[in-house]
Amino acid sequence: MRTRKIVSIIILLIIAGGFMITFSQIPFGKDKINVANYYISRGIEETGAVNIVTSVVLNYRGFDTLGEVTVLFIAAIGLGAVLFVEKRVQKHTSDNKEDKAKRASLILRTGSNLLFPLILLFGAYIFIHGHLTPGGGFQGGAVVASGFLLIYLAFPKQSINKKSSSVAESLGGLIFIGIGLLGLIFSGYFLSNFLPKGIPNTLFSAGIIPIIYIAVGFKVGFDLTGIIDDLLGRSK
Amino acid sequence: MNLIYNWMYYISSGGLILIGMYIVLVKTNLIKIIIGLHFIDTGINILLICIGYVKGRTAPIFSTSGINPTNVVDPVPQALVLTAIVIGVAVLALALSIAIKVYEHNKTLNVSKIKRLKW
Amino acid sequence: MIFQLILIFIMIILAVAAVVFKDLINAVVACAAVSLITSILFYFLQAPDVAMAEAAIGAGLTTAIFIIAIRRTERHEKEK
Repeated sequence: MRTRKIVSIIILLIIAGGFMITFSQIPFGKDKINVANYYISRGIEETGAVNIVTSVVLNYRGFDTLGEVTVLFIAAIGLGAVLFVEKRVQKHTSDNKEDKAKRASLILRTGSNLLFPLILLFGAYIFIHGHLTPGGGFQGGAVVASGFLLIYLAFPKQSINKKSSSVAESLGGLIFIGIGLLGLIFSGYFLSNFLPKGIPNTLFSAGIIPIIYIAVGFKVGFDLTGIIDDLLGRSK
Repeated sequence: MNLIYNWMYYISSGGLILIGMYIVLVKTNLIKIIIGLHFIDTGINILLICIGYVKGRTAPIFSTSGINPTNVVDPVPQALVLTAIVIGVAVLALALSIAIKVYEHNKTLNVSKIKRLKW
Repeated sequence: MIFQLILIFIMIILAVAAVVFKDLINAVVACAAVSLITSILFYFLQAPDVAMAEAAIGAGLTTAIFIIAIRRTERHEKEK
């Protein structure tokens, strides 16, 4: 164990020396913008979205976003397959004392009843206005999943309906691919922007970008909720 | 003083990567090794964003009328890091589920005691 | 600028603390604090999208997933 520590510290010092040689070649804060000059100067008139990061993620590099949604989906499926229990042995504890001891406190129960619709509304606002303000599908989906986590913490016996959650998640993924294929039919390449662009800085603008972000928001939100549900081991 | 201000972000990201690598190489508890993997991911994300930063410019969102295209930072590394954060949490969830299954089978989380491949 | 220097110093100290702690819940809380300070540093580097994503996913859901996994296994790191 001692030799392992000494050898690893020597290796880490060599890697730290390599880092210092590399970082001295990259000046901090100088202007190195090369490819993105095209995206910044022609972004608004080609896509209609005011948020340039959104138009890069969904319009210019939209295929990478499809790959990322697929990776999250595979992780959720893999987790459900590894933690699979065949026969759920249900211990029917009809002990009233144990039931009363398992309930959360009154402040947590009342507070989460009041806060849960507001958190869902806030998450929906973030992923609907993804092309106007900082935000988008992934951030809004994470906020929705933390709303469901609050319900799991406050009511230890409750679980969401697994069937409707998986239907909503699959609908999100299918809408993403369906709009990409419609772009293939109308314009000749996958994920092209075929709806009218509208006036910039209004809500109904930027073509297909709000529709795809709503689908991604649903999918990421219910994916993360399903991951937490499988780890807790609760739904039947 | 200017030297410290130019180097402090590089020191923070390099420091996080090295601390994460030390945890993965030396520690023997499985959940601590997974925490080390998360530190390496976070360090790389800070490094990518601070390469695209230009001094004196602002965020790439043209919401008000005072921002013109020669006044914003680089938006391409921000799109890359957005993808990398979500993939990091997916890898973490799958690694933790495998760690739970290993504990249920071997009754220990020490990597130097889990040696048998067949069961 | 002084404020960012202090935040980076605190972040390195918290990362070293996550190595040293023996109780696993303490190490996970230190990891969540490192994610929070990373989100503030992203805001100072003029990237609001990434700061929102790191705060929601890194400091919120990662901590919850870790604590649920620790609850199903052991809590203390045992010496040899």
